Parts: sequence; structure tokens; C-alpha cells
Amino acid sequence: MIHSLFLINYTGDIFLEKHWKSVINRSVCDYFFEAKEKALEPENVPPILQTPHHYLINIYRGKLFFLAVIQTEVPPLFVIEFLHKVADTLQDYFGDCSEGVIKDNLVTVYEILEEMLDNGFPLATESNVLQEMIRPPTILRSVVNTLTGGSNVGDTLPTGQLSNIPWRRAGVKYTNNEAYFDVIEEIDAILDKSGSTVFAEIQGVIEACVRLTGMPDLTLSFMNPRLLDDVSFHPCVRFKRWESERVLSFIPPDGNFTLMTYHVSSQNLVAIPVYVKQNISFMETGSCGRLDITIGPKQTMGKTVEGLLVTIHMPKAVLSANLTATQGNYTYDLATKVLVWDVGKLNPQKLPNLRGSLSVQSGAPKPEENPSLNIDMKIQQLAISGLKVNRLDMYGEKYKPFKGVKYLTRAGKFQVRT
Amino acid sequence: MLDSNKDSLKLEAMKRIVAMIARGKNASDLFPAVVKNVACKNIEVKKLVYVYLVRYAEEQQDLALLSISTFQRGLKDPNQLIRASALRVLSSIRVTIIVPIMMLAIKEAASDMSPYVRKTAAHAIPKLYSLDPDQKDQLIEVIEKLLADKTTLVAGSVVMAFEEVCPERIDLIHKNYRKLCNLLIDVEEWGQVVIINMLTRYARTQFLNPNINVSSDKEKKAEAAALAKRKPYVMDPDHRLLLRNTKPLLQSRNAAVVMAVAQLYFHLAPKAEVGVIAKALVRLLRSHSEVQYVVLQNVATMTIKRRGMFEPYLKTFATQLLYSFYFFCSWRFSPILYKLFNPFEKLNINNKKMRGCFSCPRQTYIKSVDKDFVAATIQAIGRCATNIGEVRDTCLNGLVQLLSNRDELVVAESVVVIKKLLQMQPEKHSDIIKHMAKLTDNIQVPMARASILWLIGEYCEHVPKIAPDVLRKMAKSFTNEEDIVKLQILNLAAKLYLTNSKQTKLLTQYVLNLAKYDQNYDIRDRARFIRQLIVPTEKSGALSKYAKKLFLALKPAPVLESPFKDRDHFQLGSLSHLLNAKAGGYQELPDWPEAAPDPSVRNVEVFSLLERVTTLTSVPEWTKCSSREKRKEKKVEKPFYSDSEGESGPTESADSGKFRRTPTRSRFRLGGGGGGGGQKEGVEERIQEAGARKRKVRLHFCFCVLIPEIRCYALNICPSEQSSESDERKRARKSKQQKSESESETDGDEESDSESSQSESDDSESEVDVKNKKAVQSKAPSKPVIKETKKEKKEMSLLDLDDFEPAPSPQVTPVNSFLSSSLVTDLEGLSLSDSVLSPAAISPSGTQKCYELLHRISGEGLSVEYCFSRQPFGPDANMVAVQMHFANSAATDAKNLHMEDVKLQSGMRVTDFPEIELLPAGETTTAVMGIDFCDSTQAANFQLCTHSRKFFVSIQPPVGELMKPVFMTENEFKKEQGE
Repeated sequence: MIHSLFLINYTGDIFLEKHWKSVINRSVCDYFFEAKEKALEPENVPPILQTPHHYLINIYRGKLFFLAVIQTEVPPLFVIEFLHKVADTLQDYFGDCSEGVIKDNLVTVYEILEEMLDNGFPLATESNVLQEMIRPPTILRSVVNTLTGGSNVGDTLPTGQLSNIPWRRAGVKYTNNEAYFDVIEEIDAILDKSGSTVFAEIQGVIEACVRLTGMPDLTLSFMNPRLLDDVSFHPCVRFKRWESERVLSFIPPDGNFTLMTYHVSSQNLVAIPVYVKQNISFMETGSCGRLDITIGPKQTMGKTVEGLLVTIHMPKAVLSANLTATQGNYTYDLATKVLVWDVGKLNPQKLPNLRGSLSVQSGAPKPEENPSLNIDMKIQQLAISGLKVNRLDMYGEKYKPFKGVKYLTRAGKFQVRT
Repeated sequence: MLDSNKDSLKLEAMKRIVAMIARGKNASDLFPAVVKNVACKNIEVKKLVYVYLVRYAEEQQDLALLSISTFQRGLKDPNQLIRASALRVLSSIRVTIIVPIMMLAIKEAASDMSPYVRKTAAHAIPKLYSLDPDQKDQLIEVIEKLLADKTTLVAGSVVMAFEEVCPERIDLIHKNYRKLCNLLIDVEEWGQVVIINMLTRYARTQFLNPNINVSSDKEKKAEAAALAKRKPYVMDPDHRLLLRNTKPLLQSRNAAVVMAVAQLYFHLAPKAEVGVIAKALVRLLRSHSEVQYVVLQNVATMTIKRRGMFEPYLKTFATQLLYSFYFFCSWRFSPILYKLFNPFEKLNINNKKMRGCFSCPRQTYIKSVDKDFVAATIQAIGRCATNIGEVRDTCLNGLVQLLSNRDELVVAESVVVIKKLLQMQPEKHSDIIKHMAKLTDNIQVPMARASILWLIGEYCEHVPKIAPDVLRKMAKSFTNEEDIVKLQILNLAAKLYLTNSKQTKLLTQYVLNLAKYDQNYDIRDRARFIRQLIVPTEKSGALSKYAKKLFLALKPAPVLESPFKDRDHFQLGSLSHLLNAKAGGYQELPDWPEAAPDPSVRNVEVFSLLERVTTLTSVPEWTKCSSREKRKEKKVEKPFYSDSEGESGPTESADSGKFRRTPTRSRFRLGGGGGGGGQKEGVEERIQEAGARKRKVRLHFCFCVLIPEIRCYALNICPSEQSSESDERKRARKSKQQKSESESETDGDEESDSESSQSESDDSESEVDVKNKKAVQSKAPSKPVIKETKKEKKEMSLLDLDDFEPAPSPQVTPVNSFLSSSLVTDLEGLSLSDSVLSPAAISPSGTQKCYELLHRISGEGLSVEYCFSRQPFGPDANMVAVQMHFANSAATDAKNLHMEDVKLQSGMRVTDFPEIELLPAGETTTAVMGIDFCDSTQAANFQLCTHSRKFFVSIQPPVGELMKPVFMTENEFKKEQGE
């Protein structure tokens, strides 16, 4: 399976290598550098490379390349998923997955990698288990460690690995028992010129933060689970109960985790929270264009739209914009040709409007098509799909936990064509 | 520092050393100093020493031996975690001398109390194997033992070990198969991937192909609804178990698991069920870009390999896929997108939504500099247009619009594609050619210019006025053109000269003269060649006659194909598939077996338990689920066995294979019992056939339009003519389809291609079509009567539903059989109802359907078809006459055709057809045999023997062909009808 791992930074320095089997010389990475040269952009390096004796599978995360070397047949997604898991784990540990952080914690990272794979096969990948074995560094602990000579390595050996629920460590204790769930939905939509929806869907995710003592068994039920079109779960969720009863039954991992992601694609269910009236035109002959944008609330379920931000990638020929905004302010970046209008809160009584003229490079031909508007926004306390958590029950423990659910809707890729 | 007494100093030193290792610097000099600390009390130091040891032990084997005793002590530790970590490090030290120690340790650990230690043992197995392959036999024993382990913790690791050490020992899996299936959902993610992949391979060797029927016969598709019920294929319950237990894993958060399940479904599931993976795959496209890359590659293969597979889901799938793609995938994947477009676009370009979608990449790509993508998209549109005639105009219009685009690259690519498209139907599109002619002034890309010139030259008779003008312009700019354009100018000149020599003679001469002194020798060559060929001189008599033919021959239109067809032989989701090259250690996905191996090998003690199941209360946990099901099935089973055709004493294991079949069979007995019910169904079927003939034709039409791929597949090219034609014309044409197609000259080479390939592959289908048509016409007048009888028939059938004994009671039978024959006569257009009652007359000539008994290929030239002639079988009234058509298309004569070794369900009887002594090559003959199906729809299996070969064949009666002749007078008939 996975033979070796190299961490390579943006400029092409290998700053960490880890071998799970015999050592493979780092010269194997030359093939990768070659491909990287060719690709120009780091995102464009092919994820899978073939060399005479090895296969190189890489991912690009946080300006770092994680390069796995394998020798035999293995499902590529297996490796890719694992590499992402490594990146996630490092992020969990250090709050960031960048070259500097990894270099500072080189030994810890090495130890983590040692635990994650055994002979190239994943051993302990749940960060709950890992954190039991190798404690994440905190400022307090590093101070204590230097004073007392204590260590980062857990003195008790992990028990989580032994149980059937590897994602939860044993003997969790909290004085405040709490379980929070954030239902976050993103709307991806394309609206056409006339304002009708070309395409819309909702991507939802439930992020959980569970700090409960002992081994709680939670059941989360929804008011309207039929809404969900396609779901994927954290492994702790019991599939059978979801299939039969449409409730989420699980023993949660300790701390933060993504409980489920879902997808609402049926278009009539997707409410579009704002409408946009726009008129962008360029004169055929003259060196100017007009722009007039008004945004108003559409289906907001009585909530306020916040953080409204309109981004327009102007055609190359547009030199400057002379506009007036009734609300918020706008900037036009001459270098990137990006017009950003920061509206802020949407006031339904007084609709924000941005109008004025654009000056176009003289002599340049009329831009072929009008730029499209990318809209960013946020609606607090609303899941736009209408999904509602009904109740959360806990079994297996006696105390009463503090429970909370928060909803948030935001725009994903929300685009208005002009 | 390492020699210091203080742990903190040691720790500091070790940290520095490990940091050196991590950076890839050599720290092997320190080995002796480090090894000393292996017994250190401090856990962190110890861990770091382990890390160091594992890294360098291979290089310093002798010194590494010093540490072994520590690990051996560790193996005996009461704490399971220490035992495990000791084993882990011990097995990671790649020192050959300790192989026996390792072997011993693994064996011990494999029977450890703690599952965690057993898991570590499983991990150690491949390590030891890579160190010393000679230990294989012993290791297999350990694997076998661990495979029997019931904990989820061990399962994934041991299957991994199995895959690395002995993937060929599939027999080890048998006993654990059901357990693995049931455990699967609780295994950790990585283990799931490995197990699913292994089970895919396993299932391929052990179960029958569930799609075997679906893919084999096209003609049946038309009446698939009726036939689906009596498919002889019954899925092995274990096969079903696998599919059922993997399905929820599509919901996994781990893309690798989802992909593994997807490939499992793709390789193993019946066609109808494969669609469930579509949604999950679309979801994966929202993941990291690397994941997208892999998933897209796989989806591309899936759609191309089994075009029909996503058919029902295609629309949603494609829409979602493309939108997801548009949103989430970076443009680096454009080449894959291009491959993907191929199958999808076909169905969806007409869809308004899709067009919206297509326009978005189009807008984006113009901005983007990715030239490949521009080309890819336009080419994809072109391919789409080629394959579905219906949307060709839409595509062409779209492309023509693109011509006015300012981006030269877009224009050029469009021109090239349009050229290819126009080549297929030039007559209709002279305006487009004109438009393109105008473009020559603006377009600078040589390829595009050349394409336009070629088009104009090729179809100069469609644009007689413009062509010379274009040539004039080109002649003016000849010297400045690129070589490729110059060549086309020459071609254009030559063609124009041949068709329109009056106007263009001088121009041509001028161009040829220019070319004569060109720098490029290709062009000089071509000019000389053309001059010799077309300009009549005294020498060039012979060839110039053919000049016109040479230049203006009909060129076959190009076939635009997706370049993504060849990687289907690798297991999906594997590295080898992605790279399209066999990776080391890749296990071939075996083909489906011809016959299912004995399913009893998978029976563990479950079945012995099963027999005692009524008394047993406790079942081992992991068998609970399956045994409970079995129990249920078994209970249901009992009564069926008692009254079904005395099928006696099959083994327990054979039963398990038949569990699902029996209820179905009994359903047929309900319907087909006593002759009457069966006939009723059959007759109804035929009535529907007749009554709904219009609908059927229309349906058929829809079928053509909706599933062009399927037909494309068969026809090799698209049925463009057919589908672009209007509905009505189509219907009118239908019956004469073959003729007209072969006659239509205008369609050019292309059509005749399609014709020939159609007659090969679709032969039976079209034949049936024609027959249906005929039948429909002949039946037309009888329709109202049939309807009447049908009504009354229904009441009748209520009576005899209770009665499905093989020997029906005397009161009911005559009625049934009376009606059935009356219906037959009805279907004959009532022509027989008055007097003629001779058996020969009751032969519905055109309506019968032929079934294939032996295909030409498998029969080595001998093909046999059979049909139910619906005539009484002389020797025995209970038998159904089966008329067999033998055709010998082989080069040699077939002798002594007879049947042998008849295998029948009890109660059934067969009268052989008389032996055919000689069937000369190329000849056909017919024979009649009789089968008493005993009112069941069981197949009659026998061997068809020639002098040299034996073929296993089977005849299965469709419900409605089981008839019994009854004679009656007109009055009797009317009386019965009146009842």
C-alpha cells in the first residue's frame, strides 16, 4: 500500500519524509518536480503520476504537496483520501496545516504519521484516538513540559482503538455537558437574465460540537427528513436507523466533527432569497457603458439577509467605474478588473442600488458578453431548505446535557447572468 | 546526551535525531547509542527509539538484534497494548535472521485474547511475507485462522493481508463470505475499501452474471414487461446479500468507500439497480479536486462501457454532473470533461436547462486560455450532432453562431467541426456553406480556411455562384497563404474546373501557375498532378476521363468517436484503470462464470443451525440476520414444495438457490394453470398487441429517439435519417424500412453502411417489426370481436382461478379450451368461424413469434429457431406443437440432426422431431416436435445433435402458447360466446 510520504513545499523543497517500508530515495520525487514544472500552476499537477518503478499520488493542500509513493495496485482514491486525512489531522492538531507549523512540530508530525499507518495500511486515523496517543501541543503544556520535563506522548496507552467505536475515546469527562449542532446550508444557483432560476441546489452540512461525559448515545431527529436528497454520514451514524426511521442515531466522537452532509437538489424546494435587477450595457461605439443594479429580498422567510456582497469580473476593456451606491460602498480593482460592492445588511424598505457609468478603453471593441454577478450573502437562523431539527435525545448517561441548534444559510456559488 | 541519566536530556537528543530522520538526513552513525535506550522507561523516549529502530534496523542488522529480546519480553506483557506495539515494531524491523521469531510471534498473536493484538498480527503478516516469501504456506494458515475472526477490528486488516499474500486462494473466503458481508458496515473505512474490492473479485468468480438475459436479446425488449417475469436467472441469495449490505456504504463520508461500492455495483449489480450509485458519484464531485479527477475518469468509463446503464438516470445524472462540474471542478480536468460529454450530450442538448449549462462553460472558456478545452467542447458538440440526427440542426445552428464569435480559435474549431457535420448532409445546408464562404475574408486560422475551401470545393454544385468568386479571392491571396490552405485552393480550383470550366478555366490556370513556382514541393507536386489530370492534353487521355470521378467522388462522412473506450478491461476505481496500464499486484477481475459454482461452499454452520432452527434460540450474533431470513424463507417454502411438481429431495444448499424461484413459479401456475388462464393471458397480450399497434409503433419510434446509443451501438452509426424524419412519415415507412433504406441513393455510403450493419445485428428485430406490421394489418378487422370476448373472458377467468390442477375438472376445461380456440379463430379475422374446422386451418400465419434456439455463431453455422405454430400436435392432444426452422449457413452439410438427452421437469413429455438426415449447406428445413409442458412454463432442456457436435438448448414456452385444440360448430361457438 502506501510506501512513503514526502511533504513538499511550494518551491519544491522536501521538508519531511516518512517511510513505512524500506526507504525509497527521495530522488523519486524528481518525476514529480518534472511534472510540476510542466504544469505551471500547482493546482494543475496531475494527481497521479507513473514512474518506471513507482506511482506517485499527490494532493495539494495549503500550499503544500503531500506526495505518496506506492508500488503496487491500490485504489487511488484510497490514497488520496488518506492524504487528505493526514492534512485534516495536522490541521486538527496545530490549527493550521502549513510548512511553518509542520517544521516547528516536526517530531510530533513524524510520530503522528507513524501511528496513522502501519506497513502502509491505515491503523489509527481517527483524530480522537491519535490525540490520546500523541497529545496536541498547547502553549500551557509546552510551558509545563519545559519546566517539568513532561512529554507530549500520552502516558496511558490509547483505549479507543480497542473498542468498536474507534472515533470516541474512553473516559471523557466534562463539568459542563453540552452538544451543539450547526446546520449550515449553502445555495448554489444560477439565475438568468430575466431572474428565473436556471439551476439551484442546496448543499447542507451539520457540524457538531459535542462535549459530553462518558458514552452518550444520541438520537437526532428532524421535522422533515424527507427533504434530504442525498446524504453522507460520519461513520458513527447508524445507517439502519436512518433507513428505517430517518433519525440520526450515533455515539458521537468527542469534540468537533461533521455529522452529516446532505443535498437538496429538487429545484422547487430551493428558495432564492434575493432577486437582482440589473442592467449592464456597453455602447457600441462610445467608450462607455452603464451599470444599474438593484437587489431586493425574495424568499427570506422573514429573516434579514446580511453580509451581502456583489462581485463582478469586468471585461478587460473596462478602465474605470464611476458609480454611486445608495448603500454600502464599492471598489474597483484596476489590475484584476474586479468590481466589488459591499452592501452589508439588506433593508427591505430601501433597496440598495448601484448605478453609474463605466468607462471603456477607447477603440476597444464592445465586450462580447456582459459579466455575470457573483453574490455572497448570509442569513442567520435560517436553513433555507426548511430543514428543522426536531429533538435531540440522549441515552446511556444520566446527566442532562445542554443542547443547542444553530442555523445558517449562505450563498455558495450564486451567480446572476446578465 | 543519549548516555545521560536524565530522561529529559535523552528525550531532547532523540527528538533531534528523529527530526534529522524526518528531514531525510542520515542518522545511522548513532545506531549503537540509540539502541541502548530501547529498554528506557520513559515512554516518549521509547517511542522515538522505536521510530529510529524501524528506520535503520535494515541497514544495521547485527546491532538491531540487540534490541530483539526487549520486544520478545514485550510480547508476553499482560497489557495488550504493549504486546501489540512490541509485535508491531518487531515485525517492522526488516532483518531476515529474525524471521522464525517473527513467525512464532505472529502465530501466537493470532490466537491472542485481544482483538487489537490479533489485528496487529494481521498487519504483521504482509511484512513478514515481503521479508521472506518462503513462509507463505505458514502465513496462509494464520490468515485462514484470522479470517474466521468475528470482530470488526480484525476483518479489514486480515483481508488486506489476504490480498497481499495469497489473493489467488479465493477458497479461503467461502466460509467467511457471509460473515464479511454482514460485518462490512461496522469495519473501519479503510478496511471497507479493501474488503469491498476483494468481494467484488470473489463475486465475479462465484455468481452468475445478473445481466445475462438483459443484454442478450433485443427483440424481447419490446415486450420486456411480459418476459421479465419468467427470466430463468435467479440471483443467488448471497449475491443479493452482498449488494444489500454494501448499499448503505454509498453514504459514507469517505470517497474511497463510495467509489469501491460504486465499482462493485457497476461490476456486479443487475442493470436495473446500478443507477443508485449515480447520486453518490455526483456527490463525490464536490470533494477535493484530486477526488474529482479520479471519479470523473471512472464515470467516463462507466458511461462509455455501458451506455444503457445510466439510461433512466442519465438526464438527472448528467445535469447534476455538469452543474457540479461547472461549479466545483477546476478547468484542469477539461480533457476528461470532453470525454464525458460524449455520452451525455446526446440526450441532453435539446434540454433547455442543459443548454444553459453548455453556454456557461462556453462563456468561461472563451475567457480562459485553455485551448484544449475550447477544442474539446466544440468537438463534443460535433460528436453529439453526429450521433443524434435529431439534434443535428440545433448543433449546427449553435456552431454557426459560434462562427461570429470574435475568438479566432473558437471560430476555427467550429469550422472544422461544421465541415465534418456538413459532410453528412450537404444538400440541406447550402446556406451555411454560403455563410462560411463569406467567412473566408475574416478567418485567419489556416486549418479553418482550409476546411472552408474544402467544403466549398466539395459542394460547389450547391453554391454555383459563390464558389468561383471564392476561388477568385483566394487566387489573389494565394502567395500569402499557408501551405495547407494552398493545397485546398488547388483542390478547389480543380473541382471547379471540372464542374464549371467556363467560368473558372483561367482562374485555375492562374492558380496552377502560381503553385508551380511555390517553395513547397508538396504544392508543386500537387499542381503538376492536377494539371496533368484535368487539363486535357494529347498525352493524358486515359486518366482525365476519370478526373471528375476522382475529385468529386462521394466521400464517406467521418465518424466522430470518443477516445475513451479502451480502458474497460480494468476494474473500475483501481490504479491500473486510471493509468490504463497494469500496475504491479493488480488482480484481474475475472469474467462471470458460465455456471454458478456450488453455492454450498459458503455454508458455514449456519445451515446446520438452520435445520435445528426451530429448537434453537441462540444464534451467534453475526449469523442472526441471515439465518433469520433463511428461516422465514424456509417456512414460506414448505407448502410450495408439497404441491409443486414433486420436485424431490434437493440438498439444502440447492434449496437456497431456489428459494426465490419457487414463488414466482407458483405465480405462473396460478396464471397459466389448466390451460384456460394461460391462454387468457396470452390472448390478452395479443389483443393488446393488436389494439395498441399504433401506440406500439409510436413507442417504437420513441424508443429509437430516446435511446439512440443503443441503436447507434448496433448500427455503428446513428439512425440519423430515421429520427430526424417526421413521425408520420416514419410510420408509413416503417414496414418498408429495409427496402427504402437500401434504395435511398441520396443517403450515400453512410446509409448503406448502416443498412448492412443493421441487417446483421438487428436482423431479428426488424423482422419482427415487419411481421408485427403484417400481423396487425391482418388482424385489424377482428378487433372489435376480440374486445368483446376479452371482457367475457375476464369473468370466466375468475371461475377457473381456483383451479390449477394439472388435470382440470371436466366442467371447466371444455369451456376454457373452447374459448381459447375461438379466440384463435377470432384472431384469424373470423374467416374460419363458420365451417372450416380442419386443424390445418387454425394456423395463425403471420402472428407467431420466432424464438431463437441456437444462434448461428454458437451453433457453428447451424441456426435453429422455433415458434409455437398453434396447431394441434397430431400424436398427442396434450402436447404443444413446436415448429423448428433449421438453417444451415455453414460451409459444410449438417447430418443426422436429432435430439438427445432430454431433461424435463416431472410430468412433462416430449415427442422428438423426426431425425433430419441431411441439411445441406445453405439450405433450410423445418420440423415439428411436440412438448407437453404440463401447463407450466418450465423449460424443456435437451441436446441438439448433429453428426459432429452437440448443442445444449432449451425451449421455454411463453404463457399463452400453451393451447389445446377443440372442435366445435359455429352454433356452439356462438352459444359459448353469448354466455
